[in-house]
Amino acid sequence: MTDAPTHSIGVQVRGLRKSYDEQPVLKGIDLKIERGEVFVIMGPSGSGKSVLLRHVIGLEDPDEGEILLDGESLRITNVAERFRLAMVFQSGALLSSLTVGENVGLYLAEHRLKKPDEIDRVVTEKLEFLGLRGVKHKMPSELSGGMKKRVAIARALVIDPQLILYDEPTSELDPLSTITIGEEILALKERIHVTSLVVTHDRDLAFGVADRIAIMSEGEILFTGTPDEVRKSQHPFIRKFLTADFKFNASSQSA
Amino acid sequence: MFQNIGEILFMFWRTLLAMPQVFRQRQKVFEQLFEIGNRSLLMACILSLFIGGVVALQSGPVLVERGIGNALGGLVGISLAKELAPVMMSVLIAGRIGSAMAAEIGSMRVYQEIDALRTMNINPIHYLVLPRILAISVALPTLVLFAILVGWLGGGFVSVVNHRIAISFQTFFSNLKEVVEVKDVINGLIKSFVFAVMIGTVSCHQGLTTIGGPRGIGRSVTKAVVNSIVLILIADYYLTRFLLVIDHD
Repeated sequence: MTDAPTHSIGVQVRGLRKSYDEQPVLKGIDLKIERGEVFVIMGPSGSGKSVLLRHVIGLEDPDEGEILLDGESLRITNVAERFRLAMVFQSGALLSSLTVGENVGLYLAEHRLKKPDEIDRVVTEKLEFLGLRGVKHKMPSELSGGMKKRVAIARALVIDPQLILYDEPTSELDPLSTITIGEEILALKERIHVTSLVVTHDRDLAFGVADRIAIMSEGEILFTGTPDEVRKSQHPFIRKFLTADFKFNASSQSA
Repeated sequence: MFQNIGEILFMFWRTLLAMPQVFRQRQKVFEQLFEIGNRSLLMACILSLFIGGVVALQSGPVLVERGIGNALGGLVGISLAKELAPVMMSVLIAGRIGSAMAAEIGSMRVYQEIDALRTMNINPIHYLVLPRILAISVALPTLVLFAILVGWLGGGFVSVVNHRIAISFQTFFSNLKEVVEVKDVINGLIKSFVFAVMIGTVSCHQGLTTIGGPRGIGRSVTKAVVNSIVLILIADYYLTRFLLVIDHD
């Protein structure tokens, strides 16, 4: 991982704390994400994963602690703007008033980085990269959940990101679409060596794509390690989280 | 509303600072102008036609009974130009456009579209607020100008056809021309410009601060309309006093 191209960036989270209405949501998070790795934060709903992600991209300000991108604190003005960061939101967050093509090319168009015909070419290229042909002129409302997620990834790729954050990328998706999204995450790692931070409660996705996994519960990181280390962990919560299924619940209730 | 007045003013200040971006955002300004101006024009004309008619209908017979029916044109002209057209059109636009602004931006906020903009380093003030405030500031005074002219026609028409008034079109408009000056119309346009800025700022702020799901959007829309109308009526009183002082000087 350390020999990943300098295109990608590393992330360090130090003592991050955040409360809403005096309810602590993040209780001192410490993490280090290496350049070019796929790092998955896994945990149950409401454990603070998405809030952590919003802090990493600068959408929220922490109460305490700091986030470093390649060693530079996000608290310093314009640090977030100097790195190319992209986020794939849980809902896709495509602008509903724009076509798919306009959504994907929005970053280039708004920052006047390319001429309209070049933007059109880049948009077509990114959509095709993600297997999305013939959707450029459609509205987001005409797409399925899986396609929206892939369009959101295409929009993120246009930025030529050094770090991509995925917020529950497979929620509301069927198993086949989940596999497609997982493959996209791995393909991006191979092709553009981007650092990926994935937040999910989907165990299959986590073990399928992660270089390392952090298990989070109630605003705290319980364990960090490779997928194998996580599988072997004897932490009671991690055991319960990894083995929970309908059968487990039924037997525990009858017991 | 009043506890957020600082936030609203700060957002307006940031919008003013973003003014150099206008040229870059011109496409969105034109889209909003079309949305606000073109789609509200018919409604504005119908509303003002009847407002002019009602003013003539209410005051005409009273003036005629006292032998001063000839003064009806001036009365309708002044009241429409300085007060009724700016206020009624602003209330209409607060309901039609302010609600749409709050709903659109509010749903963008709730469905994380504004967060997505921010992650792409696109400032929501430049992208969403500036074009809307600018467009409404141009569109509302233009609509008010139409409303004044159509309202005068409505008043004149009622004055002619109502048997209790029955003054000629020519008498109505010659008196109107004698009483109403260009500065009176400008007076109304200035008011409508201020109201437009208030509607745009309050509605966009309400949209940007929306929390919760569909219910939150509904709450924001209601607040945007009610707060805009309350502010319009309060500001109308102070603006009228201010403009009267300027007028006398």
